[in-house]
Amino acid sequence: MQLLEVSGLSHSYGDRHVLRNLSLSIAAGESVALLGANGSGKSTLLRLVAGLLTPTEGRISLAGAPASAGQPEVGIVFQEPRLLPWRTVLRNVTLPLELAGESLVSARATAEKALARVGAGALLGRSPGEISGGERGRVALARALVRQPSLLLLDEPFAALDAITRARLDNELPELVAGAATLLVTHDVAEALLVSDRVLLLGAEGAIHLEVPGLRGLPAAERRAALLSPDGAARQTRLYAALNSVSHA
Amino acid sequence: MRSLIRLTPLGIAGLLLAAWELAVRAAAVPQFILPAPSAIAVRFAEAWADGTMLRHLVPTVVEVTVGGLLGGALGLLIGVTLGLSGSARRVISPYLVAAQSTPILALGPVLVLWLGPGLAAKVAVCALITLFPVAISTLVAVRDVDAGTLELMRSLGATRWQSLRYARLPAARGGILAGARVAATLAVVGAIVGEWLGGTAGLGVLLNLARGSLFDTPLLFADLLQIAILGVSAYGLVLLIERVTSRRIA
Repeated sequence: MQLLEVSGLSHSYGDRHVLRNLSLSIAAGESVALLGANGSGKSTLLRLVAGLLTPTEGRISLAGAPASAGQPEVGIVFQEPRLLPWRTVLRNVTLPLELAGESLVSARATAEKALARVGAGALLGRSPGEISGGERGRVALARALVRQPSLLLLDEPFAALDAITRARLDNELPELVAGAATLLVTHDVAEALLVSDRVLLLGAEGAIHLEVPGLRGLPAAERRAALLSPDGAARQTRLYAALNSVSHA
Repeated sequence: MRSLIRLTPLGIAGLLLAAWELAVRAAAVPQFILPAPSAIAVRFAEAWADGTMLRHLVPTVVEVTVGGLLGGALGLLIGVTLGLSGSARRVISPYLVAAQSTPILALGPVLVLWLGPGLAAKVAVCALITLFPVAISTLVAVRDVDAGTLELMRSLGATRWQSLRYARLPAARGGILAGARVAATLAVVGAIVGEWLGGTAGLGVLLNLARGSLFDTPLLFADLLQIAILGVSAYGLVLLIERVTSRRIA
């Protein structure tokens, strides 16, 4: 059974159609990357799946139930980390649990584990203003993972980071989210291939234009090399060509 | 010039007072027109020593505290309500602005008529004068919370109340306290205005006594000094609250 099923999904902002009759499905534990030109509806799709927007038409179901805002099965990381500056790193990560009514003692213990899992265990008492952009990205990831979601939505989470930090997080991401299915929106072809099982390219008005297999199934140490192999290069070339054609359509 | 800029506010005040003292002495200005700072200081000390100042300070402090807290709490409640609800904003805002546009001195006699010349009317003047800055600053701060933060709260399943408690109010804290700083000094103004409308004790009453029946200009200035000290203390108290809550939030 598929974890996420999207069928006949259309969405428009007033007269502007951003998605038209889109269908896709994601299995439990599977990782899918979405590429597409600006305005192709990638971020809109993520917000629709998260229940933050209501589709104009179509159906989204998560484990058989309709998508709704705040469902604990879904974690989301936005383009900006959106950490609350008046809370410490630890209290930012306990927030989803506090909102769900969990006691602070129990929430702290769970949040500490989530932070340790993403490599931010040393930041507990720090303020978001005192840590680096990469660390903020890790904390936002820990906050999204703390409720142990079955689906993680990632909206260009590392776009604002420097190349080295971004490459490091791209390498680590498949292991950091192990167990959760992911739907990643990105503009970066290499990132899409590295962290996903499938790369989907959205064309004009959000229809799926191309699907290319990703490299996530390989051991972590081999992914980068695979990206530069003749096969990896061919996948990148196909995606770049298709991206170029949809960008100028 | 550079060394002048480096002077502390206290240093500058000292220089100004020295110039004032010298000018009054040199020009032999009569004390009933402009007393020298030394004469004001002596009268200030005398008023404290004989209990005059304390007797008039206590009622004013009570009015400022009760009226300021009442006005602040009402302002916060109105500001949060209007900040959260666009329709409430459209309905209530014009009345709020109209109430603020009416001079408090014009409302004073009405309040005395309704509430009598006692504490209640003075507290009401204080509350009305402090309500507006707190309400408006809270309204703006609560309404203009970053849309991304609110979207995050929705994505985490926060209820409207949880969004207010965990996101809107902490994010709006700076704006609310900016309004409270203005309100703190206005509360003192409100108390003095309230005391002018009637009453037997208070720093505003002492101003009238010193200017009128006592014809004691040094006492008038000593009273003004006491009012200024009260205003600065009220402002300082809000700053202290700001620091303490900032530490607690972190």
